[in-house]
Amino acid sequence: MRGNGILEIHDLHASIQGEKILKGINLILKKGEVHALMGRNGSGKSTLAKVIMGHPDYEVTSGTITLDGQNILEMEPWKRARLGVFMSFQYPQAVPGLQVGNFLRKSVQAIRGENAPNAREFRKELNACMEKLDVDKKFLGRYVNDGFSGGEKKRLEILQLMLLQPQIAILDETDSGLDIDALRTVSTGINASVDNAACLIITHYQRILDHVNPNFVHVLIDGKIVATDGPELATKLEERGYDWLEEGASE
Amino acid sequence: MSNDARDVVGDYKAGWHDPENATIRFDNGLSEQVVRDISELKNEPKWMTDLRVKSYHHFVNQPMPTWGNSEILNNIDFDAVTYFLRSGKGTERDWDDVPEDIKRTFDRLGIPEAEQKWLGGVTAQYESEAVYHSIREDLESQGVIFLDMDRGLKEHEDIVKQYFCSVVPYQDNKFSALNTAVWSGGSFIYVPKGVSVEMPVQAYFRINAKNMGQFERTLIIVDEGASIHYVEGCTAPAYSTESLHSAVVEIIAHKGAKIRYSTVQNWSTNVYNLVTKRALAYENATVEWVDGNIGSKLTMKYPAVILKGEGSHAEVISVAYSGKGQHQDAGAKVHHLASNTTSKILSKSISKDGGRGSYRGLIQVANKAENCRVNVVCDALILDDESQSDTYPTMEVSNSTCRSEHEASVSKVSDEQVFYLMSRGHTEEEAMALIVNGFFEPFTRELPMEYAVELNKLMALEMEGSIG
Repeated sequence: MRGNGILEIHDLHASIQGEKILKGINLILKKGEVHALMGRNGSGKSTLAKVIMGHPDYEVTSGTITLDGQNILEMEPWKRARLGVFMSFQYPQAVPGLQVGNFLRKSVQAIRGENAPNAREFRKELNACMEKLDVDKKFLGRYVNDGFSGGEKKRLEILQLMLLQPQIAILDETDSGLDIDALRTVSTGINASVDNAACLIITHYQRILDHVNPNFVHVLIDGKIVATDGPELATKLEERGYDWLEEGASE
Repeated sequence: MSNDARDVVGDYKAGWHDPENATIRFDNGLSEQVVRDISELKNEPKWMTDLRVKSYHHFVNQPMPTWGNSEILNNIDFDAVTYFLRSGKGTERDWDDVPEDIKRTFDRLGIPEAEQKWLGGVTAQYESEAVYHSIREDLESQGVIFLDMDRGLKEHEDIVKQYFCSVVPYQDNKFSALNTAVWSGGSFIYVPKGVSVEMPVQAYFRINAKNMGQFERTLIIVDEGASIHYVEGCTAPAYSTESLHSAVVEIIAHKGAKIRYSTVQNWSTNVYNLVTKRALAYENATVEWVDGNIGSKLTMKYPAVILKGEGSHAEVISVAYSGKGQHQDAGAKVHHLASNTTSKILSKSISKDGGRGSYRGLIQVANKAENCRVNVVCDALILDDESQSDTYPTMEVSNSTCRSEHEASVSKVSDEQVFYLMSRGHTEEEAMALIVNGFFEPFTRELPMEYAVELNKLMALEMEGSIG
């Protein structure tokens, strides 16, 4: 069931093997909004993505995450996915022997359930998405992420984003390792999906934000969001780095 | 269902059994008299009776193999086995003439349906003998012979006499001796020169009775330039007592012939499956064994090809699944006796819930065989810490011009892989099934589509209810 598409994160604390990573995250994502989350390596960006998706290695010690008012923290990842939470992985996993076409079809069926397209409609949708992402038909016969280049892996992630039509899209460093052309194509795919979703783009760089315009930019330092502002914040970070914010955060 | 019964039957879908309506059932146990009685009942020529008796004595005198899984092997109680059981009245050509309960069994297994859709011929064996047999008329008119082995011996004694035991001599091993002594049923196939059989022909073997021993014997002769794809499937009820399946398959692929022999073995986990399969390939012939071992308590089976003629080619693609209480000891053997012969072995095994998968392979290259190529890949996937995988590869290369490659890998399913698939809406069990079916994909893609689908379903079933 599609709801209003509002993800609310309230005072979220999470740790891995006893080490505290997230230390009180507050964030509200609404349908149609694009949020960028920036911050240094190790600040907790990927952890936040994985905790939203339900990675079993992380322990949520306090706080809540709700989707349209429903607590999702106790749900297994597949349940969250079926409710409309999607994560584009920084390091997508290879599944040798599982063909991309088959995988996409099965995933669309699992997630879109009753509303999943029939074989013919699916084929049509798939072709349109692949064309947009400039992906060759041969792609479908290959094994999921097996022997894929960095760029191919990211394209497959965005292809899934387009086909799975989530309410909440978390994109974890989707732009890393992409050349300018690939970045442009991948951004086209993202833009095609964001109108009907709330989108959280985790990135180190301003450049993806030139293609996908964020409504908000957040800065994460040491497990906390220390600044939130409009797109100009990203430009400022590009110019000045994080130091000036760190001074503010430590006060 | 009681817990004990659940342990035995589990989710095995072919584990039901029908009432035993035997028309002839021998007393359990083996003796020279039993062997003679089988032969007499079948009204066999003297040379076959003599061969059976010789084989029986060899079987008795031969010690049990000390390799493989001796612990299980030594547990086999040969006196508790029924060596001959006739259920029907004969071999029918029309399903309507097959006794109702037996027909129902094969209906449930989907055999008549598959026959209508995509098979060129079917033989269905129930206990010791074939109860149904048919071949498409167009194949028959091209001279293709596809019979159950008993009728093959009656109607084509000259061919049988020429080839029987020519590839697998009765003295080959203890179980080939046993099979030669008490064989009953199996397939006899002859494909004449230049005839290519486009639709696969299938044999289906079903054990229904308790403590049953099934000893089918298959002989396939593919003449020059001819080709055929033979498929076999097997199931049995999940009794708490053991049954014994010990088959021998001999294939002769003449010059330029091509044969693919596909097996999906899904015996219930109370069946000892001890099978000798071997093919002889003449000049430029191709022999492919596609061998899936899902069921049984213990399987010991190493499909072999003797590359006798120059330029002949062998391919052995096998998968094995070992669950709770199962040991799949499977592999391949290829003997390169002639120059420019090539072989390719791909073995994939999965072990789970304490199961054990072993790959045992032998490659021999004779010193006179020039420019041979050998490629061996064995991959094992272990799904939990209780399960086990081991490999015993042997290569004996006596010619320096041989190019051989050997790769082996053992892997575990990673949590990250499962998480990735779960994030795409798949439950943990579904994720495991996707990974497992992916692992078997190089095998399943070689099967007829109907079988591939069936195998994938089977593996999905094995993954169910197993995630703690």
